[in-house]
Amino acid sequence: MTALCGYVLSEWYDLRDLGNPVQALLDWINGWGDGSTFHWLAYVVAGLIGAAAIGLFLGIAMLSLIWIERKAVSRIQIRYGPNRTGPFGLLQPVADALKLMQKEALTPLAGDKYVFWLAPVVIFIPTLLVFGVLPFGPKMTAANINVAVLYIVAVGSATPLVIFMAGWSSNNKYSLLGAMRGIAMAISYEIPMVLSLLGVVLFTGHMDLNGIVQWQQKYHVWLIVLQPLAALTYFISASAELNRTPTDIAEAESEIVAGYHTEYSGMKFGLFYAVELGNALAVSGIWATLFFGGWWLFGLDRWIPAWLIFLGKMYILYGALILTRGTLPRLRIDQLLDFAWKFLLPLALVNVLVVAAEVTIWQENGISAGWVLPIAAVINIVLSGVLIVGYTQTFGFARRQRPRRARLVTDTLAAMPQ
Amino acid sequence: MTIQTEPFIVNIGPQHPSTHGVFRMRVVLDGEKIIDADMVVGYLHRSLEKLAEERTYTQNIPFTDRMDYLSAMSNNLGYCMAVEKLAGIRVPERGQYLRVIMAELQRIANHSMAIGTFINDCGAWQTPLMWMFAEREKILDLFEMTCGARLTCNYMRIGGVAFDIPDEFLPAVNGLLDDLPRKIDEYEKMLMENEILIARARGVGTIPRDLAINASLTGPMIRGCGIPFDIRKADPYAVYDRFDFAIPVGENGDSYDRFLVRMAELRESVKILKQAVPALPGGPYKVDVPLSVRPPVGDAYARVESPKGELGYYIVSDGGTAPYRFHVRAPSYINLSVLREMVIGASVADSIVALGSIDIVIGEVDR
Amino acid sequence: MTIELTGERVAARLGELLPETRVEAIGHSVYVAAESLLAVCTALRDDADLRMQHLTSMTAVDYITHFETVYHLQSLAKNHLAVLKCRIDERDEPEIPSVVSVWYGAQLQEREVYDLFGIRFTGHPDLRRIFLWEGFAGWPLRKDFLQISAGAQHPGLPHFPKQEQGFGVLSGPNWTAPEPPRQS
Repeated sequence: MTALCGYVLSEWYDLRDLGNPVQALLDWINGWGDGSTFHWLAYVVAGLIGAAAIGLFLGIAMLSLIWIERKAVSRIQIRYGPNRTGPFGLLQPVADALKLMQKEALTPLAGDKYVFWLAPVVIFIPTLLVFGVLPFGPKMTAANINVAVLYIVAVGSATPLVIFMAGWSSNNKYSLLGAMRGIAMAISYEIPMVLSLLGVVLFTGHMDLNGIVQWQQKYHVWLIVLQPLAALTYFISASAELNRTPTDIAEAESEIVAGYHTEYSGMKFGLFYAVELGNALAVSGIWATLFFGGWWLFGLDRWIPAWLIFLGKMYILYGALILTRGTLPRLRIDQLLDFAWKFLLPLALVNVLVVAAEVTIWQENGISAGWVLPIAAVINIVLSGVLIVGYTQTFGFARRQRPRRARLVTDTLAAMPQ
Repeated sequence: MTIQTEPFIVNIGPQHPSTHGVFRMRVVLDGEKIIDADMVVGYLHRSLEKLAEERTYTQNIPFTDRMDYLSAMSNNLGYCMAVEKLAGIRVPERGQYLRVIMAELQRIANHSMAIGTFINDCGAWQTPLMWMFAEREKILDLFEMTCGARLTCNYMRIGGVAFDIPDEFLPAVNGLLDDLPRKIDEYEKMLMENEILIARARGVGTIPRDLAINASLTGPMIRGCGIPFDIRKADPYAVYDRFDFAIPVGENGDSYDRFLVRMAELRESVKILKQAVPALPGGPYKVDVPLSVRPPVGDAYARVESPKGELGYYIVSDGGTAPYRFHVRAPSYINLSVLREMVIGASVADSIVALGSIDIVIGEVDR
Repeated sequence: MTIELTGERVAARLGELLPETRVEAIGHSVYVAAESLLAVCTALRDDADLRMQHLTSMTAVDYITHFETVYHLQSLAKNHLAVLKCRIDERDEPEIPSVVSVWYGAQLQEREVYDLFGIRFTGHPDLRRIFLWEGFAGWPLRKDFLQISAGAQHPGLPHFPKQEQGFGVLSGPNWTAPEPPRQS
């Protein structure tokens, strides 16, 4: 009985944290010989298990995402979505994968063959690397780097380079246009993203993701309540980096056919498509970790395994990305860049200022957290509301766009200009 | 030191998800701005005008379906009106009312598709399109109930309509008319105040008023510029003068105004239908016209307000069973006259939005 | 209702505006000579009484001995419609002044007439074929293309004579083979 009620069990069969059996295995390897000769083997085994787990998870997750995305978007569009392949269309991702694998993978004759082949391979790497640092549970981080936030930003900025590789090597004007647009947009949206993450890091004082989750656990609060502006800015900038509607100008289907991946067919295209979904899941995972408590859910992780909670949060927040994709039209490139530089960047800067001020006041004067956090939360929420509403009203993003109806004319001859 | 840049020529189409058929536009780009544009059409040219010279007047009615295949009823109507004008045939009341009902249903179906594809071009991944298609499906079911075909209806005949409406038609139409105002409100709420749509479409593809008249534009293109020219009011045909409806006009002549005009026309069509359906008289729905009708020697020009603009038919008869000359004044083709003016100076994304707002159908452009 | 102006009415007004041009009224249409076409069109467009600012339709008809271009003009403000016709007697190289300078909407319509009938419009800024490809031999809508007699009655499909040239892009006189792609 006490074993079930207590949280810290740490036996190898405590599957609420899958790190427990792994830890038990590593301790056993370490204990071979005279206790210090096989550390290297434990290290290697730990790495292999982490990599295999992430690879397996990502593979299954991408399959599930294809189905979820198609079903959800089609329900938004009042249609059924896939419902023929398997019950409820659950085998649709398998059908898609098989279809793409058996297609002829064409390579443009005059393009750069090696870079063309390399681009879909390389685009997979940032996704894998980002998933490697996400904490799925208290002891379930594949690589517990202590500067994980910096690592995420650095690794994520390899994506525009790969988009350019794909666009340039296709030897196609549409692809080049898409690639240029993609780079312009990715560079612009990196800065508000980094600034919003900076707000979180300043406030919690941790850069490793596990530390941030444990900070939220310690103070019993989700960071979204304390930093709504940072959460919103991060969500918008990171989803803009993902090349999904409303910001999918790099591959705008209705304008430049498919942008930087026009010339790709077969499984190479499949990789681009899967990585787009995988990146979306990674962004929702980061959002869940930083702002929604990660694997911690107000103590419920005693009974429900922490990794299930994390997966649930990740998928529920992915739903927000599906919602924006299904309902919003696409912005033009200059409008998108305006949005990043003139709206998100000032907001993120103000956020950093306010957060830094709050943290300094808190740490310098040693006020107890029970006072600081609620006051900071209230200030931040009110400030976000005021800033966003005030900014849009004064600087005319909302005022310029007044919708109206067409004027109705009954006596046409009289109203005709002479 | 100035950087030497070279302008680059991009081909938009003919295989393209957004050019409304096989339409090709060659643009010369300087970065993202278009400095010159040239359109290439003719990929769907089927020489209907020549083929029509070998077939009798009644045999030509299916050809007219296939020109603007998204609004077949209006096409049929224009042709039959031209032949009736030439031959001096009067259509009975019930035929006229049925013609009006079908033409207005066709207008709602066409505008649903036009607005949906316009927003698709703006980038909203088919969500508004699918919502509006739900209504269009009901209207196409009504057409199928009456004449057997959803798209190429072949319903109007010289002297009336081909078939009378079946018994299920009136309850279905009345059900649809009860639903439609609420649905149109929903579409307006979803679309008209959408910031992104306004940002994409306002100021894009603007046509000044004088150019609109001088360039022979008709339909929502010219009404978007503020000129209330609608054939149903200016030159009423087929009992339109008995109904009370208004003509929506825009102000600036940009894509957003044309979109607003089409949304408002949906409501006006519902208004006309609500007056026409209860007033449907009994009696014959067509007069007896011989299968190979021989109109007297002469020429006639008759026009209808098709959802795309003024659709006119110029028929020259030499007294035989086949027309001597059959010319279609295709609104989509003539509305493309201002494409260069709309597109030059805009970016590629804007050119697609502007092209989508003209609402062309390549079957009509190329004939 | 749009009033369809009779030929006499338009001819009378033109007689007041341009006394020295010859116009002929037959039925509902006004016939004008090719030399005075531009002057007549400009007068019709700018006259305060007629105000024909909208060129609704422009086409041509092949009457075997001659061509006729037909212009349907409309005034949106006054709500009336007139028909203007111009006769071209030349069969091999017919030419007529272009009205693009009067009505911009004539641009695409004249290109269509050139493409299908072969009538050249002098003064048109960009007279090229529009529906058919460059290098197509012949003018399809003429009555002697494919030798079908006028006013055919239930003809069925006639026996098509063989086309020696210009049938298909790969054999037309203007087609040249593209360069093979460079190996990188």
